[in-house]
Amino acid sequence: MTEVTPNVAQSAGQAGVVVRASTWHRLVRNPMGLTALVILGVIVLIAVLAPLVAPGDPNFADIGNVLAGPGGGSWLGTDSAGRDIASRLVYGAQVTLLSAALAAAVAIAIGLPAGLLAGYYGGTFDGLANWTTNILLALPSMVVLLAVRAAIGPSTWIAMVVFGVLLSPGYYRLTRTAVQSVRNELYVDAARVSGLSDGRIIARHIFSVVRAPIIIQTAMVCGVAISIQSALEFLGLGDPMVPTWGVMVADGFRNIYRAPLTLVWPSAAIAVTIAAFVLLGNALRDSLEDLEKVKEKRARPVGPAARRAVPPVAVESGTEHHLLKVTGLGIGYPQPGGGRKTVVDGVSFHVDRNEVLGIVGESGSGKTQTAFAILGLLPDNAIVTGGAIQFDGVYTVAPDDDHVHQDRLAPLRGKRISYIPQEPMSNLDPAFTVGSQLTRPMVRILGITKAAARDRALNLLASVGIPEPQRTYDAYPHEISGGMAQRVLIAGAISCEPDLIIADEPTTALDVTVQAEVLDVLRELQSRLGLGIVVVTHNFGVVADICDRVVVMQNGRLVEEGPVRAILRSPQDPYTKVLLASMLENKPPMTPLLTEEKLSPLLTEDELVQAEESLELTT
Amino acid sequence: MSTTIESPDLLTVDDLVVEYPGKGMFGRPFRVLHDVCVRIAPGETLGLVGESGSGKTTLGRAVLGLAPVTAGRITFLGKDISHAGRRQRQQLSQHLQVVFQDPYTSLNPAMTVGDILSEPLGIQGITGADARRRVQELLDRVHLPVDAMSRLPREFSGGQRQRIAIARALALRPQLIVCDEPVSALDLTTQARVLDLLLEIQQGTGVSYLFVSHDLDVVRHISHRVAVMHRGRIVEQGEALKVTQTPDHPYTQRLLLASPVPDPDRQAERRSARQAHAASQESAA
Repeated sequence: MTEVTPNVAQSAGQAGVVVRASTWHRLVRNPMGLTALVILGVIVLIAVLAPLVAPGDPNFADIGNVLAGPGGGSWLGTDSAGRDIASRLVYGAQVTLLSAALAAAVAIAIGLPAGLLAGYYGGTFDGLANWTTNILLALPSMVVLLAVRAAIGPSTWIAMVVFGVLLSPGYYRLTRTAVQSVRNELYVDAARVSGLSDGRIIARHIFSVVRAPIIIQTAMVCGVAISIQSALEFLGLGDPMVPTWGVMVADGFRNIYRAPLTLVWPSAAIAVTIAAFVLLGNALRDSLEDLEKVKEKRARPVGPAARRAVPPVAVESGTEHHLLKVTGLGIGYPQPGGGRKTVVDGVSFHVDRNEVLGIVGESGSGKTQTAFAILGLLPDNAIVTGGAIQFDGVYTVAPDDDHVHQDRLAPLRGKRISYIPQEPMSNLDPAFTVGSQLTRPMVRILGITKAAARDRALNLLASVGIPEPQRTYDAYPHEISGGMAQRVLIAGAISCEPDLIIADEPTTALDVTVQAEVLDVLRELQSRLGLGIVVVTHNFGVVADICDRVVVMQNGRLVEEGPVRAILRSPQDPYTKVLLASMLENKPPMTPLLTEEKLSPLLTEDELVQAEESLELTT
Repeated sequence: MSTTIESPDLLTVDDLVVEYPGKGMFGRPFRVLHDVCVRIAPGETLGLVGESGSGKTTLGRAVLGLAPVTAGRITFLGKDISHAGRRQRQQLSQHLQVVFQDPYTSLNPAMTVGDILSEPLGIQGITGADARRRVQELLDRVHLPVDAMSRLPREFSGGQRQRIAIARALALRPQLIVCDEPVSALDLTTQARVLDLLLEIQQGTGVSYLFVSHDLDVVRHISHRVAVMHRGRIVEQGEALKVTQTPDHPYTQRLLLASPVPDPDRQAERRSARQAHAASQESAA
């Protein structure tokens, strides 16, 4: 829900107005929205100006001229009592629109405040309100409306008030869910700390989240209210003295064989109005909620031609012995307005067997993009703008490829190249036990039996330092801690005896004490199995702990490469110097870390914003 | 630093217990903090360090009135604020402010920076030209351009957003700011910039910080005194350098030995020291 809020800004201040105007703009530019608006506008205008527009009195009965066809004295003919259909349609619009507005207003008046209070405070009120809405939802609305009419008498307005009450649970639930999603946002906490009263917190910070869904819901509810109201009239439960579309349908239905057209006019009016409300609801949703998605509609550079098998290309001789070699790699993304945004540019490095390479950089440096290119896990719209990647003497991305060929990487991934992700918990499927997630790839890739895979999995769990392998094997991911989950993922990464592991910030989500243990496990496995490892990290402590060589990246470019001691002790590039100066270990406390001359190689603030935007674009 | 400690305390927390109600009707309450005692003098920074789930954030939230105080007492500026109501909180907000961890969710995405910064001013009755002048001062203080006022939070980087959050905390010239992991979500150089800013502000205004962090190095750098939390209890508390370099409590020792240092050889030493420490702890237990 939080993504929605920037687009519906209406808070005081200039930007709010601008955003609102653009919402309106998007609505009008949508052909569906414009059509619906025009239709509703015309109907509202007709209803308001009924006395001027209507050709005659809607209730004047000309008994001598019943069921007349169109033309003659009346445009659309007359009904069974000789009343002018056109006039009745025009006046009927008044009643129909007002009744829809009344039902929606009553539903909002009950549902919105109740939802705000229940969502914000929770507790007893929330419990009571939930019981009430559940009971209301369980009531069959038509039966209730019939009972009300029997008790109180025929009145369109009372029926609509009751119907509004029956519709209020929809608003209540919508509001409550939206409020709950922001109730614990930090900006609401900050407002509480500022001493803002609850009323003002709700008005300023919470209501803005609810507004968009309420507007959309209301457009839909108006359509429903019209159909229910017409249905009641059709059943003959309306006020016979009031001209409405529903009464006209009922009259037309009775005379369907004698004058079928008398049924067509009011039915068409009802259908067009309801359709306009529903279309308006859809268009509103598009313009209010789906703004962010526009950015994601990007050209897919991968055409059907890409599906053809690609012939292997021989790598440059003399480089076959490198386990992994990345040469001049560039990665870009198409921009919504055309053009490309380069996120990795001319990056070259290599990893040998039994070696740990660290890729260090800050957000937006392109380090994760580089790792994903090696794994072939870049999003579909990513373009390899240049360079090549070779693994064990074979190109996975050949020099003139413009994207990663999955058929080259699929046989390698999981078997020879494996991956340790940053967030252990989100990388385990909560629906399966740890054991089944570990054994399935082994059965598939190594071709061993389930029983053999099970023994192997238990051994692996023991080897990554899990004290009770059997218990963890049988556990579901939510039953184990973050540190244990990361060990499970490491066990999975080594389960098929890979040659290369790509570890993307493998310890960032962990506490330091757990980080130290996980690094111990990785180091021990690496030296025992002779693995090549690429560790993507921003932490120089992790680099010092486990890496043999380091590459430093900034803003998509590689700025420095070398053995770990050289880089950490005598960095040459000014950016590496700033990064190391930002480390706090061994610094005199309470002294400034970054002096003016140190700041110069850093990105400016605007470049930082751009870097973060490109990060959002790629994730 | 010893002079500041002799002056009367700005904030004292005595035997604080925080419990959250258990799940369901008969669930047992979950005790997050056990008998926590800390104090902060004017102009002093108390670093609160611990791992996830240690209760360090809850202590900060209890001081701010965002967590329920089950037992014990929180005294701020000589007044008991353990169960302060909305009205008392509103008065307190002039003196007690907060900077949260996540600069992405701590600013309302629908409000301009100018509105965000003038909101606390409005509550204290500062409006119009006065508020505008103060907002300009604040932006200047945190080194942001004045045109930031009319822009939305999403137009700023993480580090800039955290500076906006700091500016909001400074708006009413508070005496204590609770900083809840204010640099954890930031990049290394951005973290350095924000730490520099926090120190500069403290030197300029004499504000006190309750600085919550999981990172021993960060806490050592910015704090006068440090308290270490483990499973809802304070296991060690004292002078920053003493606690973060030669700690007495085994848990703090473990924490220190687990923090990696950016040099391969010193890190190798620290690693073997940690493994030896773990072995000795195991044999002791």
